[in-house]
Amino acid sequence: MSAPLLEVAAVTCRFAGLTAVDAVSFAVEPGRIHGLIGPNGAGKTTLFNVISGLLDAGDGSLRFRERDITTLPPHARVALGLGRSFQNLRVFADMSVLENVLAGRHNRLKVPWPASVLRLPSARSEEKAAVARARELLAVVKLGDKADALAASLAYGDQRRLEIVRALATDPMLLLLDEPAAGMNPTETAMLAELLRSVRGGGVTILLVEHDMNFVMGLCDRITVLNFGRKIAEGTPKEVRADGNVIEAYLGAGDVARFLEGARR
Amino acid sequence: MPQWLDDFLWAYGSFVYGLGVNAILGLSMYAVLALGQLSLGQAAFMGIGAYASAVLTLKFGAPFPLVLTAAMVAPAIAAMIISVPTLRLTGVYLAMATIGFGEVMRILYVNTDYIGGALGLSGIPEKAGGSIIFGLLAVILAGFLSATRSKIGRAFEAIREDEDAARAIGINVGAYKLSALVVSAALAGLAGALNAHFSSFIGPNEYGFDTAVTILSYAILGGVTTPLGPVLGAVVLSALPEVLRPLHDFRLVFNGLVIVLVVIFLPRGILGLHTRRVG
Repeated sequence: MSAPLLEVAAVTCRFAGLTAVDAVSFAVEPGRIHGLIGPNGAGKTTLFNVISGLLDAGDGSLRFRERDITTLPPHARVALGLGRSFQNLRVFADMSVLENVLAGRHNRLKVPWPASVLRLPSARSEEKAAVARARELLAVVKLGDKADALAASLAYGDQRRLEIVRALATDPMLLLLDEPAAGMNPTETAMLAELLRSVRGGGVTILLVEHDMNFVMGLCDRITVLNFGRKIAEGTPKEVRADGNVIEAYLGAGDVARFLEGARR
Repeated sequence: MPQWLDDFLWAYGSFVYGLGVNAILGLSMYAVLALGQLSLGQAAFMGIGAYASAVLTLKFGAPFPLVLTAAMVAPAIAAMIISVPTLRLTGVYLAMATIGFGEVMRILYVNTDYIGGALGLSGIPEKAGGSIIFGLLAVILAGFLSATRSKIGRAFEAIREDEDAARAIGINVGAYKLSALVVSAALAGLAGALNAHFSSFIGPNEYGFDTAVTILSYAILGGVTTPLGPVLGAVVLSALPEVLRPLHDFRLVFNGLVIVLVVIFLPRGILGLHTRRVG
């Protein structure tokens, strides 16, 4: 069996007295689509922020590609192949769609800055290749014809896909997606599931937080469930659906309707 | 040089050179504002450059190119030092810290007899002519325009719009903020040296809070969507008092009025262009 791509070991994150993530451990195997679910306030986004390096893990450790990344700054984690999107839309509104994707390519552009300023041939050819790659990615998510539009002018679902493409432009091995389907209509959600399957098919492992249970249950190979910062269950979608702790957590948090709707399918 | 230009420069030389120097100061402000850092240390960095250059010229007779280089290196080093405690600050906190830095420098000048104390330094030879000032301005502006259209411009804009998102897509935000502050300080120092070498006098009170705000207003008026904005802003705000001579004492009121109107009606500046950031 191959080693896990990401290992989260007893990670804890506290905010002034509140323990948002409490000794959570799980592993993401390569090639999987791994779901992270839990009622509101369970600590999913906090955990994402710790994994991507925007927040420090107060305790515990993170290993990615068999390397300890617990203290690496975010940009170094991206360089290793950890990409992410955000729950609330965080596209760069004042940049064009193409520029957003190119910004995601930043870490892969290696020419030193004086070469960029002086427009040396090395910088020009690198920029040209980056633009070609960005257009390719945009075509995959059917945003190719909007490359020159301002990101702010895109429809909501398009902005969501743009954010995913921007993360894909970093050439990730593991893609963290925070509620990628939030606010999407059923057609858009189906399109997204299709996109994520093809991304996985391209060799990218995915870890996603999502509230849409149909989406999670239909897409994920494995699911980790958090509640009040603790891991309460883990397994295949089938196992998790049948887990007493999970049902109780959702019942207790008043999300029963949403959960049962997913469980019924 | 044709006769009319010669006559014009004889009468308006320091005014025209001032436009060029202020444009460089505008670009110095742009370097930090373009990634969203409200640093008000530009006047202080300008002062460091002015004093360093004046001392090298007056007391050591150093050649002018060396003087200009030192006038950029000295504030750049100062910027690296103050970046240690201030790099994590943003918004008004960074503004306050950098204003404090300016005050510290002013008091240092006033109390240092070697550099003339409160009287400042006078008799600085007029070595900075139009070709040097506008030649340097052209090179710097070309560099900024080119950088804007590369990965550097995209990184700056990404950091300005959303620092966390910039981090999450692999931009080394800390390194960019430090570089921006250092470049900004070096340019302000260069402007200070040029200014010292055409106005022939510098004093400790020229690099205080009001100068800092004036430099900021160049960028606000012109906008920071393109490096051309602060250059235009500097030219307009520096030229207005001359154009508005008939208004006498009310000239500066008009300056203030222009800025207020721009902030309210043109928040992206009078040059609110959208810049392409693809090379």
